[in-house]
Amino acid sequence: MGKIPDQAGLEEGLDPTLPSPAVDDSVREAEERRWTPAKIGLWVAISLLGAVAWFMVALVRGETVNAIWFVFAAVCTYLIGYRFYSKVIERYLLKPDDRRATPAEYKADGKDYVRTDRNVLFGHHFAAIAGAGPLVGPVIAAQMGYLPGTIWIIVGVVLAGAVQDYLVMFFSMRRGGRSLGQMAREELGLVGGTAALIATLLIMIIIVAILALVVVNALGESPWGVFSVGMTIPIALFMGVYLRFIRPGKVMEVSIIGFVLLMAAIIGGGAVAGTEWGAAFFHLDKVTIAWGLIIYGFIAAILPVWLLLAPRDYLSTFMKIGVIVMLALAIIVVRPEITVPAFSEFASRENGPVFSGALFPFLFVTIACGALSGFHALISSGTTPKLIEKERQTRFIAYGGMLMESFVAIMALVAAISIDRGIYFAMNAPLALTGGTVETAATWVNSLGLANVNITPDVLAQTAKDVGEESIISRSGGAPTLAVGLAHIMQQFIGGPGLMAFWYHFAIMFEALFILTAVDAGTRVARFMLQDSIGNFVPKFKEASWRPGAWLCTAIMVAAWGAVLIMGVTDPLGGINTLFPLFGIANQLLAAIALAVCLAIVAKRGTFKWLWIVAVPLAFAAVVTITASFHKIFSPVPAVGYFANNQAFSKALADGKTEFGTAKSVAAMEAVIRNTAIQGWLSVIFVVLSIIVILTALLASFKAIRAGGGQGHEDPAVPSKVFAPAGLIPTPAEKALLGEWNALPVEKRTEKAGHH
Amino acid sequence: MNAIAKGFRGFAAYMGSLMGADAYAKYLEHFSATGHAGPAMTEREFWRDRMDRQDSNPQGRCC
Repeated sequence: MGKIPDQAGLEEGLDPTLPSPAVDDSVREAEERRWTPAKIGLWVAISLLGAVAWFMVALVRGETVNAIWFVFAAVCTYLIGYRFYSKVIERYLLKPDDRRATPAEYKADGKDYVRTDRNVLFGHHFAAIAGAGPLVGPVIAAQMGYLPGTIWIIVGVVLAGAVQDYLVMFFSMRRGGRSLGQMAREELGLVGGTAALIATLLIMIIIVAILALVVVNALGESPWGVFSVGMTIPIALFMGVYLRFIRPGKVMEVSIIGFVLLMAAIIGGGAVAGTEWGAAFFHLDKVTIAWGLIIYGFIAAILPVWLLLAPRDYLSTFMKIGVIVMLALAIIVVRPEITVPAFSEFASRENGPVFSGALFPFLFVTIACGALSGFHALISSGTTPKLIEKERQTRFIAYGGMLMESFVAIMALVAAISIDRGIYFAMNAPLALTGGTVETAATWVNSLGLANVNITPDVLAQTAKDVGEESIISRSGGAPTLAVGLAHIMQQFIGGPGLMAFWYHFAIMFEALFILTAVDAGTRVARFMLQDSIGNFVPKFKEASWRPGAWLCTAIMVAAWGAVLIMGVTDPLGGINTLFPLFGIANQLLAAIALAVCLAIVAKRGTFKWLWIVAVPLAFAAVVTITASFHKIFSPVPAVGYFANNQAFSKALADGKTEFGTAKSVAAMEAVIRNTAIQGWLSVIFVVLSIIVILTALLASFKAIRAGGGQGHEDPAVPSKVFAPAGLIPTPAEKALLGEWNALPVEKRTEKAGHH
Repeated sequence: MNAIAKGFRGFAAYMGSLMGADAYAKYLEHFSATGHAGPAMTEREFWRDRMDRQDSNPQGRCC
C-alpha cells in the first residue's frame, strides 16, 4: 500500500514463456501518432459533417429543422470527444497499464470476478446505467426550446458525464472493484466519508421516489397502462419459476418467452380496457397506484432475487437494447421535421409551467442523466470493474458507454420535440393550470401567447383517442409525452396510424419496466447501506441474512421514498414541477461528490498538470447544483423558492383565506405548507452534506499538491497473463499480438492467474 | 443466406452473453483451469447459488 504501487517490479514479474500481455508502449505510441492521409481524411470529414450539423441545429433559423441534424451533431461530437479528449485523459491522467492484471484476473472466482469480453461488457454496463432518466429529463427540459438541452446533453457528456464515469470506473478497478462509498472513506477520511455515505443514501431515496412518481403519473386513470404494466409482475414471476425449477440457466429462452408474453399483455391491455368491466376495474386514481407501488416495492425488495428482480432485469435489458436500436433506426428513416423553436418563450423566464426556475441553473439539473449522472458512479464502481479484462478497455466501456446513454437522451429529446408544442404544454402542465378538460386546456395553452401555437380541443381529444387513452391533459412526468412522440415517429416507420395506441403503450411499458427495476434495485441497495451503517452501532444488523434486520431496514427505506412519492402525488402544486428539480439536484450533487473523490485521488497520484480535467466538471457541477439549491432555499419568488412558497401559503392561511393560488381548500394549503417545508429542508441537508464532501476533497487534494503526492490506496500491481484489444476494433499491433497468443497451445492460452 | 444465418447467430450469441446466459460455461472454464478438489457445481446448483448470492449483494440499476 505504499505510495503509487511500484510498477518497476511488474516487468520482471511477467511470465517469460507467454507472449506480452500488453502492446509495447513505443509500438502503440507510434501507431497512435501515425497520421496516414486516409486517417486525416476521415477525421476531417467527421469534423466537417459535425460542423455542418451544429450549424443547422444552432444557427440556421428556418421554419423547421430536420431531426437528422441532431443525430449527426451528436454522433460526430461523440466521435471526436472519444478519439481525442478521452485519449488525452487516458494518456496523461489515468495511464492504464495492460501489463497489470485487472481484478477479474487476479481475483478470478468464476462468479463475481470474471474476465468478460469487452463488447459484451460494454452492452452490459450500458444496460446497467441507462434507464428512464435519460428518457424523461430531456422531455421536461424541452420547455425551454431544443437548443439549450441539446448543447448540454452533447457537450456536457464529453467534458463531464463520460469523464466522471471513466475516472470512477478506472479508480475502482485499480482498487479491486471497491464502491464509491468505500473510496470516499479512504480518500477523504471519516468526516468526508460519512457525509458522502449519508448524502448517497438520501439521494437514492429521492431518486427512487421521483422515478416512482413518473410511473404513477403515466398510469393514473389509464386502464390500458395499469393492466399491461401490472401483467409484468405475473410474467416475471413465471420467468423466475421457469429459470429456477424448470430449465435453469436458459436465460435467452426465457427472455424470448417473456418478451412474447409482454407483447401479448400490451395488445391484450387494449382489449381489456375496451370492455366495460376492464375499464372500471383497472381505472385507478394516482393515490391508489402510489399506494400499490409502495406495497409492491416493499414485497419486491424482500422477495428472493430469483423470483422477481432477476427475471424482470432480463426483460428490461432485452427491451432496452431493442427499443434503443429501433428508435435510432426510426429517427434515421423517418427524419421528422422539428417545429419547436431553438429557445422558447420560457428560456428567459423562471415561471415555466413544466418545471420552475431560470435556464441557469435549472436546465442543467433537469436534463439529469443524459449529460452528467452521479448515479452512474455507483454502477461504475463495484459491479463493472470486477468484470473488466484489461485496463485499457475502461476507456471504451466507461467513456464509450456514457456517450451511448447521451445519445439515448438526444433521441428522447427529438421524440419529444417532434410533437406539436400545444400538445406538449397541455400534457406537461399541472392540472391546476390546465383545468383537466380539453376545452380548458386548449384555452389555457392558447393564452400563453406562444409563437405558432393555436391548439383546438378537438386536436387534444383526437390525440388521446389515437393513443388509446381517455385523456392526455396534464400527464406530467415526461414519460407520456415521450410515449406520444415515440408513437408518432414509430407509426410512420411501422404500422401506420392504426398502431399508434400500441406504440404509445409499448413506450409506457418499457419506461415502467426500467423504473420498476430501478425502484426495486435501489431499495435493495439502500437497505444494505442502511444495514451496514446501523451495523456500526448494532453489529447484528451487518448480517445480511438476519431477517428482522433486513425487513426493518427495507421498511424504513420504502417508507422514506413512499412518503416523498405520496407527497408528490397529492401535491396541489403539481408534484413533478416542484419535485423534478430536486431529483436533478440530488443526482448532480452525487456527481459532484464522485468527482470530488476523483480529484483527491488524482492529486494523490501526483498528476497535478492534468488536474483540470477533473476540476473543470467538478467546478461546473458544484456551481450548478449549489446555485440551484440556493435558489430553491433562498429565492424570494414563490414559484422557485420552497421557503418563499411556504411563507406565502402560511401568510394566506393566517389571513384566514380558504384558497390560495392553485390550492383550493384549507387542507390543500396545509399540504403545500408541509410539502414545501420538507422539500426545503431536504435541499438544505443535501447541499450542506455535499459542501462538506467537496471541501474535504479539496483539502485532501491541496495537502497532496503541497506534499507532491499522497498515499495511494490502489491494490498492489500483479503481472497479467492475458491479452485482449482495448477498443471495438483491434489495431494492427493488437492483431499481431493477438496472433501470438492464438498461436499458443490451448492449455497454455487459457492459463489463469491461478487460484488464491 | 449463409451469411445472414451466421450474422443472426452471432447476434444471438452476443445478446446471450450480454444477459449472462453463458455464466455457467464461464464458471466451468474457470473451475477446470484452476483445479479444485471437489466436483464442480451442476448447472442447477450454479444458478441457484448465483441468484442467492445476489440476494446479499444487490447490484444497482440506474435511473
